[in-house]
Formats: sequence, structure tokens, C-alpha cells
Amino acid sequence: MRAAHEMNASQAWERSRASLDVERIREDFPILKRRVHGKPLVYLDNAATSQKPKVVIDATHRYYSEENSNIHRGVHFLSEQATGAYEGARARVKRFLNASDAREILFVRGTTEGINLVARSYGRKFIQEGDDIIVSAMEHHSNIVPWQIVCEEVGARLRVIPMNDRGELLMEEYEKLLNERTKFVSVTHLSNALGTVNPVKQIIERAHRCGVPVLVDGAQAAPHVRVDVRDLDCDFYAFSGHKLFGPTGIGVLYGKASLLEAMPPYQGGGDMISAFTFAKTIYKVLPFKFEAGTPNIAGGVGLGAAIDYLDGIGLEAVAAYERELLAYATEALCTIQGLRIIGTAKEKAGVLSFVLDGVHAHDIGTILDRDGIAIRTGHHCAMPVMQRFGVPATARASLAFYNTREEVDALVAGIDKVREVFN
Amino acid sequence: MKVASEVPRLDVQRLRADFPILDRKVHGKRLVYLDSAATTQKPEAVIEALSHYYRTFNANIHRGIHSLAEEATEAYEQTRRKVASFIGGVEPRSIIFTRNATEGLNLVAYAWGRHHVGSGDEILLTEMEHHSNLVPWMLLAREKGAVLKHIPITDEGELRLDCLSDLMTARTKVVSVTLVSNVLGTINPVREIADAAHRYGALMVVDGAQGVPHLPVDVRALDCDFLAFSGHKMLGPTGVGVLYGRPELLMNMEPFLGGGEMIREVRLDRATWNDIPWKFEAGTPNIADVVAFSAALDYLEAVGMDAVRAHEVELTGYGLERLLSLGWIKIYGPRDPDRRGGVLAFNDPEIHAHDLSTILDQYGIAIRAGHHCAQPLMRRLGAAATSRASFYLYNDRDDIDALVEALIAAGKYFGRNTRVHPAG
Amino acid sequence: MSDLRELYQEVILDHNKKPRNFRRLEGANATAEGYNPLCGDQITVYLELEGDVIRSISFQGAGCAISKASASMMTTSVKGKTRAEVEALFDRVHKMLTRELDTKVNSHELGKLAVLSGVCEFPARVKCASLAWHTLNAALEAKKEPVSTE
Repeated sequence: MRAAHEMNASQAWERSRASLDVERIREDFPILKRRVHGKPLVYLDNAATSQKPKVVIDATHRYYSEENSNIHRGVHFLSEQATGAYEGARARVKRFLNASDAREILFVRGTTEGINLVARSYGRKFIQEGDDIIVSAMEHHSNIVPWQIVCEEVGARLRVIPMNDRGELLMEEYEKLLNERTKFVSVTHLSNALGTVNPVKQIIERAHRCGVPVLVDGAQAAPHVRVDVRDLDCDFYAFSGHKLFGPTGIGVLYGKASLLEAMPPYQGGGDMISAFTFAKTIYKVLPFKFEAGTPNIAGGVGLGAAIDYLDGIGLEAVAAYERELLAYATEALCTIQGLRIIGTAKEKAGVLSFVLDGVHAHDIGTILDRDGIAIRTGHHCAMPVMQRFGVPATARASLAFYNTREEVDALVAGIDKVREVFN
Repeated sequence: MKVASEVPRLDVQRLRADFPILDRKVHGKRLVYLDSAATTQKPEAVIEALSHYYRTFNANIHRGIHSLAEEATEAYEQTRRKVASFIGGVEPRSIIFTRNATEGLNLVAYAWGRHHVGSGDEILLTEMEHHSNLVPWMLLAREKGAVLKHIPITDEGELRLDCLSDLMTARTKVVSVTLVSNVLGTINPVREIADAAHRYGALMVVDGAQGVPHLPVDVRALDCDFLAFSGHKMLGPTGVGVLYGRPELLMNMEPFLGGGEMIREVRLDRATWNDIPWKFEAGTPNIADVVAFSAALDYLEAVGMDAVRAHEVELTGYGLERLLSLGWIKIYGPRDPDRRGGVLAFNDPEIHAHDLSTILDQYGIAIRAGHHCAQPLMRRLGAAATSRASFYLYNDRDDIDALVEALIAAGKYFGRNTRVHPAG
Repeated sequence: MSDLRELYQEVILDHNKKPRNFRRLEGANATAEGYNPLCGDQITVYLELEGDVIRSISFQGAGCAISKASASMMTTSVKGKTRAEVEALFDRVHKMLTRELDTKVNSHELGKLAVLSGVCEFPARVKCASLAWHTLNAALEAKKEPVSTE
């Protein structure tokens, strides 16, 4: 049965394989050589965090061994080197997102902090009682809770774009939600629980017609599809370094300079102040106004290396490869009796959420782990999605460009084993 | 305070071998790193722990049940326990991982302050605070209509506790003080201030960024309610900070950031919060750096914080003596090394701190020059900027000698005719 | 240490010790403040403008030798110049400091200001040298908010 779809997909597969030498790429990731419970690690939890190529690990290692110093405020040589390395990373992010100005790139801890920063700084200044904020039904908690907090504080209302049973947003419902009370729209680019790629450009364009700014949660999208913030015309875009093959503790918030400039600071401290007296404070210019205290310098440097690495492979090649692998995995999973895929949108990337008749997701996770297969199980920080599909939890396999068909086969074999155990 | 003879002397030469960066040359000269108050260098063990994490068990924590996720979670939570023990054996749930000390102080000012400080209430700080312990309170005071007050300092840079009874009132809601000044080096009598704060029902917050890395610290002995510090200032990686908070306070506080991991349940119209400390750790935390921070704590414990302190007292005493012997250097802060940490702020009256720093850099000496993010203090000292040399366990007398020689040489460029007396 | 000599030339040290036009300007009709948060430099530039021409200029403030000398030399070189001439000069100074201009070839365009060319070897100090110029620019544009050198 599986042979048939392999034949169908084989041509496209060979094409994407040609542009991306996965065996060589796997050599770049030291952890992929590791064994778990005596089995080779099959890492299919990339939506939670990605693995790091050696160049990223080495960049951080080299930073601490050769350049480490605090930045910006120092005159000495190391401080200049460290500042150059950190600001160099910012310039790389700017290019990566095709932003027009490095001032629009703020380093944060991760996507969650980026969204909180906007909710707190923009939200508390520009959103008032009686206003509406729109999110979607497939948001991660990090794109719901910050807005709930703002709503509660200022007396605004959270409106939700519903989705259909495939996990696609209902655009006509979205248009109905947009009105003169709408002050902000915040949506995910790629759902972490369903894999749906949302038509964010269209969402932004509709919101802009009503003069409403849009934040895009790019935690899942940035590592897998090419993002061009100027083409999208989004007002804010947030992503995490650790999901993009970079270190933990570093993320990016892109914001249009005109908006960032109008926003009050978020955290107070060193490096975000230009002149300070007890009577008045002059904040620094962008982006430093939003980067209080010593930042995660080494993390920024590591993220720069990750972007270089990804650029070297090419996001287009990554996306094409992953698309083929997802098609292969989807067909393979569909052959398993009693397995239901949650999230079957037409536009999908890299995420396979599923439930298995009579087996809780956690049990699937534990049994697969015994075979060295790492997937995630649970609500994926998207409880409203679980509620919408009437499941307590799902098992989720999420792909990256270093995954192979053999690993997908191992997953399928593992699930077969789960079924045996529970039969 | 223990005296040097009671604790083992540091074998600095041996310690230095653990820090790869100290082998490097700057402008062809041996690197003399005297900027540890800004950030410290990292021992091989910390750098290696970080690489090891990514090479062998990198995974997202808490929410996973696969082996890597379990290993990562265990390593992350083990660091929390280690931190709890490092600051005097508190409950691990009172330890929140932040980005840095600044974020910890912002967290308190925001999540506690906005619900407990109202119009006309008072926030008591000091004249020697770093901006990170000023601006969060200023933002709070501005929002709530509260009043900021400051404990003044003496000309030697010590807090005037005699003013405390006049400054404290029934409206004082919070007192926030640095344990060690990042400019003056002054070690503040935090316990005494905490007792006064508690008598008035105020909260005691301590900025430990310069204190925790250099002194043995026991939060119960200090009797503070919150203590914030940064990992990168104590041999750890950048991007990790710690906020200790009394659990009773943390439990009753609103969250700081919203997101994954900090919730118990989310519906589209409401959410309930997770237990502490996770309520305050929204999103994927800085797992790798927290795990590597553990190696920094191990390193410091192996050396012994008493030994670190004794070493810095000795070195600071030597530094004070040598700088003062030059005759033209003005030093800020207490003269007694037992009353201060290893931070020496100074000025050459003829050479601006910034110029001095540039010249010293050519000699391979890294110091900091500027306002050190303490502009109100600079105004109090009547200096636009100072130079600052700061020490840690890898510095020795040779480093100070190199500094002094370069200070003499710097005079040349500015036309000083110096007849230097040998060190006395 | 030859770089240091390049940086701290006699002329610079002289301007640092005895800054020219270092006072408040009575009758100024344009002023601006500038800060360099890096080292705490703070400067106020006073202008007396007559139409398009800088009739008189002075400055006050505290700063390192580089910023002070740069400010002092700036005041002596822009007096009597028009806005457009000042703009062109600032552009050349900026290019010199960031090494976009070869001072050996183009030193005649810079006049005495060429002694500041040593700063380009010290990237962290470029802001010190350009602070006065940014502040002058702000005064010419009648900016209300203080300028900063980030």
C-alpha cells in the first residue's frame, strides 16, 4: 500500500532531495548521532525546539572563549568586538526578514516575550475600554493570554476568528469581526498544533483597510517558510531563535519603526536610558529603548550563526524538502487504522497532529520514546484548539529539514507497535 | 566579615588556566580583564556545559515526555535547586529564572508594585542605585502617582542610615536597595534596612547583581523579600538571571508575562495560572543557559564564596593602596576594603575617563568608563564619568600593577610630567 | 602605541585644555543639547544665525578630550559659513571619521579638522567626535528634543 504513494511522490521527492543533501546536513547536527534507549534518536519534536548545527554551538563557544564582554557601554577592545558581534546578528536578522532598518529588530527572549511586549506597551497605550482585539481560534497560549490580560485591564473585548473542521480560518467570519471598534489583530502564521499556514497577507490587508495594525506570531513559520515583513506589510512579527536552529533565550520582535517609536518602554533599566534625572528620563533611540539590562549577547551571536547556516541551505529548498516529507508522512499515517490526523488544511507545513483510537497521546509518546522517537504529546499550549476538536490531547510529530523518510517510516512502525500493545 | 587568614587563599594562577579568554592578547598585549562588574569571563566548564547541552540533550522542557525532554527538564530544574541552595537554602519554588537582574526588578515593580502601590504611596531607594533599580520604580511611580524617595550617601559613599527614620513613613510600601554599589563598591547594611522596612510594613527588595557574585549571601540572614541577580556576572552565560521571592508573596502576585507554561488552563475567554515558580516563566525559557549556569555555581562553590570574598578584600586593599600612591588619582567610595566589594571607580583629574579607557585598552587593559548606568549617583559625586576597574577571582596583583603602570603611561599622552615613586 | 599618538595629537590636547568659544552665547537665537550616553558627554551648542549664515557659535558642556576638542574645532571652522556649507563640511567630517574618505588625499577639504582623522582607528570613539556636529545640526534644525549619538 505504501509503495503506491512512494511511486507517486518519488519524482518530486528526488527533485527536492537533489537541492538538499540531507545525509550531509545531518552530519552538521551532533545530537542526531545520539542514541536513546539504545536506538538512534529520531527527533520529530521540532515545533517545540529545533536541534542546533555545530556552527551555532561553535559560535557560542568561540564567543565565550575569545570575545566575551558586556556591550555598548564599553570602550575597550573586547567590548567593541562583542558589540560588533551582537549588532552584526541584528543586521543578519534584518536581512533575514527583509526589514528596511535594523532599528526595527528588537532582541527579546522569545516569541512569547515579543508578543507580551507589544500587548503591554502598545496595548496599554492604544487600546481602550470598549475596543476589540482579534485573535484566531488556533492560537498558541502565548498569543492569547497577553491579550486577555490587556482586555481585562483596559476593559476591551477579545474576538476570535473561528475555523472549520480542517483547521482553516473562516475568512468571511474574520471580515465580519472587523469593525470600527477593532484596534488590533494578532494571528499565527503557522499553527503549532495543526500545521495550518494562514493567509496572513490577506488578513493584514483586510485589517489595514480598517486602519488596524497586525502582529504575526511567526514562532513556527520563520524556521520553515521565507518571511518578508515588507511584502506581508505586517506591523509586528515575532519569532524564537531556538525554533530556528539557534540558541534558547533569544528571540526577535520586528516592529515598524513608526509604531515602536510611539510606544512607551517596556522594561526599565540600564542601556535603555539616554539621560536620567529623578525628574525626567530620556529614553534611548530604537532598538535600545526596548532592551533593558545586559541582553543575551551570546544568544544573539548564536542566532546570527543559525541564520547564516539556514541562508546557506536556502529556505526555499528547506520548504520544498519539508513539503515533500510532510506529504510522504501524511500518506503513511493515513494508512494506520484508527489514526485520525487533526489539522488537514490545504495549506500546511511540517506538523502532524494525530489521535489514535483507544490510546491516549501520552501513552503513544512513552512507547515511541522507547524506540528513540521523540514526539510531543499533550495540548501543545493550544487548549482552545483541543477544545475545538473535542480531544484532550494529541500526539504531534513535527518535521525539520534534517528529518528523513526513514525516520517517518520509524514513526509509522512505532505507532504500529503502540497499536499492538493496546490491542 | 571573615579575615583572609581563616579561609584558604586562592591559587589564582591555577584558576586562570580555567578561563580560555584570559590567554588571549589584545593589541599584542596580555589581556588584563578588569571589567567583571560589567560581565565576568567564563570558565571552560561553563562553556563546555553549554556546548554539551546542545550536543547531547537539547529539548524543550516540562511539556515533553520523550527522553531528551525529560533530561533537559531535570537539568533545568536541578539548576533551580542549586540556586536555591547557593543563596542560603531557600525553597526551590521561590527561584524564578529571568533574563537578568534588570528583568527581575522589573518583574517585582510590575507584578507586585502595580497591585500594592497607589497614589501618594512611597517607594524608598538610594542615591547609589543602578538605573535598573531606578527606572522600573520610576515607571511605577509615574503610573500610580506614587512618590520616590532616596536614602542619601555620605561623601565616602556610604548610606546615611541616620536619615532612615525620617524617610520611612506609614506610606512607604517598598524599599529597594543594592547590596553592593556597582560604582562605589559600598556594601550596604541590607539587614538593618530590611528590619526598618519591615517595621513599617514595607517590602524589602535587594538588587544583588554586584553582591551575589562576590559575597556569601544568605537571603534569610538578609531577611529580604526579593533578591535579583544576573548569571553572567557570576561566571555564567548571558541571558540568565534569578529572582528570589518569598513564596507567600509570589503566590499572591499576578503574572508578569502571559504565554505557555505559566497557565493551568486557557479558554478563549479566561485563563488560570500555574503554580509558582512557573507562573512567572512564560514561554520557552533560556534552557541551555540555565543548564550551563549550573556549572558556574558548581565552580563558585568549589572555590568557596568565603575564599572569593577574602581574595577580593586583599586585592581591593592592594588596588586602593597602589592607586592612591600615585598621588593624583581620585577614588570614589569607602577606603576600607572590608566595607566594599572589588569595584574601584576613580578619576584622573587631567584625563577624562573615556580617554583613559582608550589609552588603557592599547595596553591590553579592559576597564569601563562612563556613568555606569548610575547617572543620579554621578551627579551626587559631581563627576560626569569615572573609570572603573573591577575584580574577580581570576585577577591578581599583577593585573593591578599593569593598571598602575598604564595609568602612569597615560599621563605621557596628556603631557603630564610625572615623577613616579615606586609602589609603597 | 603609535595609534594613540595619532589620536591624541598636540592640537587635540590643546583644544581639550583650552577649548575655543567655550561659553554661553549671549544673543543666541538657536541652541541644542546633545548627549553621548556611552561616556556621559553632554554638550550645548549656541548659535547666532543671521539668515542662513552662522554669525557666531559657542558651546558648553563636559566631555572627553575627543568630544571637547572636536566641538572646539568645529566652532572655529563653521563661523561665517552658510547652512549648506556646514552640511557639506559635516558630511566630509563624518566620512573621515568612518573612513569613507581618504584624508591623505582629501585633507584640503577638511582643513584643520583633519587632525581628527586618527579617531577612525577607534570605532568606539567616533560618537565622541561627532557629538558636537550632531548637536549643531539639531540647533540648525531647531530640534526641541536633545540629540543622542546612538
